Amino acid sequence: MTATTPKARGIEEVPLIVEQIDPELERRKRLPIGAWLAGGWMVLIMGAALLAPVLPLNDPNAEVASIPKLAPGQEGLIFGADGNGRDMFARLIFGARVSLTIAFTAVILALIIGGLLGLLAGYYRNWIGNVLASLFDIMLAIPALVLALALVAVLKGNPAENEGGLSGQVILIIAICIVSIPALARITRANTMAWSKREFVTAAKAQGATSGRILFREILPNVLPAMAYITLLGIAIAIVAEGGLALLGAGVDPPTATWGNMIDAGRQDMDEAPFIMFIPIGAMFITVMALNYLGDVVRTHFDVRESAL
Amino acid sequence: MTDPSPPPEPTAPSAAEAAPAPPVSPGEVLLEVTDLRTTFSSPRGPVRAVRGVSLTLRRGRTLGVVGESGSGKSVLSRSIMGLVPSNATRTGSVRFAGTEILNADAKVMRSYWGDQMAMVFQDPMTALNPVLRVEQQITESLHEHIDLTKKQARDTAMQLLESVGIPEPARRLRMYPHELSGGMRQRIMIAIALACGPRLLFADEPTTALDVTVQAQILDLLQTMQQDRQMAMILVTHDLGVVAGRAHDIAVMYAGRIVEQAPAASLFAHMRHPYTEALLRSIPKLEMSKHTRLDAIGGRPPDLVNIPEGCAFAPRCPHAQDRCLTEDPQLVPDPADPDHLYACHFPVHGVLAAATPVTVGAASGADAGASS
Repeated sequence: MTATTPKARGIEEVPLIVEQIDPELERRKRLPIGAWLAGGWMVLIMGAALLAPVLPLNDPNAEVASIPKLAPGQEGLIFGADGNGRDMFARLIFGARVSLTIAFTAVILALIIGGLLGLLAGYYRNWIGNVLASLFDIMLAIPALVLALALVAVLKGNPAENEGGLSGQVILIIAICIVSIPALARITRANTMAWSKREFVTAAKAQGATSGRILFREILPNVLPAMAYITLLGIAIAIVAEGGLALLGAGVDPPTATWGNMIDAGRQDMDEAPFIMFIPIGAMFITVMALNYLGDVVRTHFDVRESAL
Repeated sequence: MTDPSPPPEPTAPSAAEAAPAPPVSPGEVLLEVTDLRTTFSSPRGPVRAVRGVSLTLRRGRTLGVVGESGSGKSVLSRSIMGLVPSNATRTGSVRFAGTEILNADAKVMRSYWGDQMAMVFQDPMTALNPVLRVEQQITESLHEHIDLTKKQARDTAMQLLESVGIPEPARRLRMYPHELSGGMRQRIMIAIALACGPRLLFADEPTTALDVTVQAQILDLLQTMQQDRQMAMILVTHDLGVVAGRAHDIAVMYAGRIVEQAPAASLFAHMRHPYTEALLRSIPKLEMSKHTRLDAIGGRPPDLVNIPEGCAFAPRCPHAQDRCLTEDPQLVPDPADPDHLYACHFPVHGVLAAATPVTVGAASGADAGASS
């Protein structure tokens, strides 16, 4: 295009704007170093957890150390041995496998169920929405830990007659999932309400779009970043919740290694060998922090209002 | 993309194809609104946004609906179309191609929306979904109303973009709304509205959110599309200048009612209602000397919850007399011209000095340049 006449300049305006925005978007997409660290840790811990059975690790339930509470670094055990002489490093990795499986499965299930209910509650502003919203409020009013404990107790039933019932992991997944549903549903509902008031929803309606199409094609993609953010946070909370339930004796039955069970087992030896307790606590701490940080990255990175301008 | 598609699909499948309503030949009455009233329930009491509007629209004609903010003009177009929130109640009658559609259920309305009637919204910034590509937004209604393959829908979308004057349509289809300028976005909105070939197009203040330099382009585009496709169009605006020369008929709204309605030429030449006169006076003119005080209308529109007795415009009207405060004037035809309706006890005989239709913004030639 020739930019000689004033008229031609006016015509060129549009491609110019496009070119101006592109580098701006490039810059925004560059992630901060912290995001790489947090992401790297998550990849490492999840990779190790996933590959635990094929990695050259000791049996997490076998007594491999010559003495119990072997200090870290001795006899080739980098994290030492716990009160029963079991390899702490192997238990940490196998524990990650169980703890992360419980947290991720529970929260992702809760995201699917709670997200769907939240979308419906936010979009249908009639009795459906009201009933669902009240339901979330009622569930949120029950202290989460108490609800989780009660659910575990009910699902486990009487240990004497509970042969071939649900495994400890499944019970924990169900309990944490149910506890997480109302929070995820509330966040989704709030976001859905805000987005469904937008003009483009009316515009889609004016083009003859069905409610399902509006909900899943117009609104859901806009709500998704908020859902991703709250999911990452939810997983972090679920990891801590597993630990808490283990300390209360409502976790996965020992000797299965989970981070919660390791902390619980290390409690007795806190004076002599605090590392037994602090190693799993450290792993949990770093993981929770990484997840929270990634959640923040997701939130700022996908903030539509910000990047639209 | 770059491959020119071998079978060019028709841009707009003829309305008769998917139409549940019988076809209407040019010049026939397409839309008939009788005594339409829209009331919103609010904590302060019922808000009477539209208070008994009747109008008739023929195919291929443009009706300009003019009024200031809060006159009910946008609510009117949304009430006709049925896009009102759940706290609104509508009474009266809206007949589209002979079928009563007021308060029809959502399923029935969905077959009209997009396919038979469509709307171009005021602000293309908010009326486009920020996270969907242009292509998805244009093809959405095509998939909803017409059974098309992905490829066919894509080709149709390309042709639509071309017809609304968007260069490089293949590239634009892959873009997100924020990557486009305001004028481009409004062109996309128009393309979306026209996708299924509607017979009635509502343009709800289509240029209010746009830069003045592109306003004329968009209005010209709407006019061209309306003429090419022989659509009926309702052009809602607060600016008499926008409808001048573009609408066949003009309805001036005040406080939820039509206060004057006439063919455009007749309205500008012999306006009868003081409100219309005041609206026209309030447009700044080039021949005014510098620092001339703008002839604004004093006061504000009435509260639609407590509409005063008598003529709603009386408190602001320079010609108001005692009768205006007690007796509400009805919309009646001018004895001299039966097509010219007005609702006033003491009509003005306004042949305004500057009765020449006011035109907006830049020369329309720029539009043609942009599309080449």
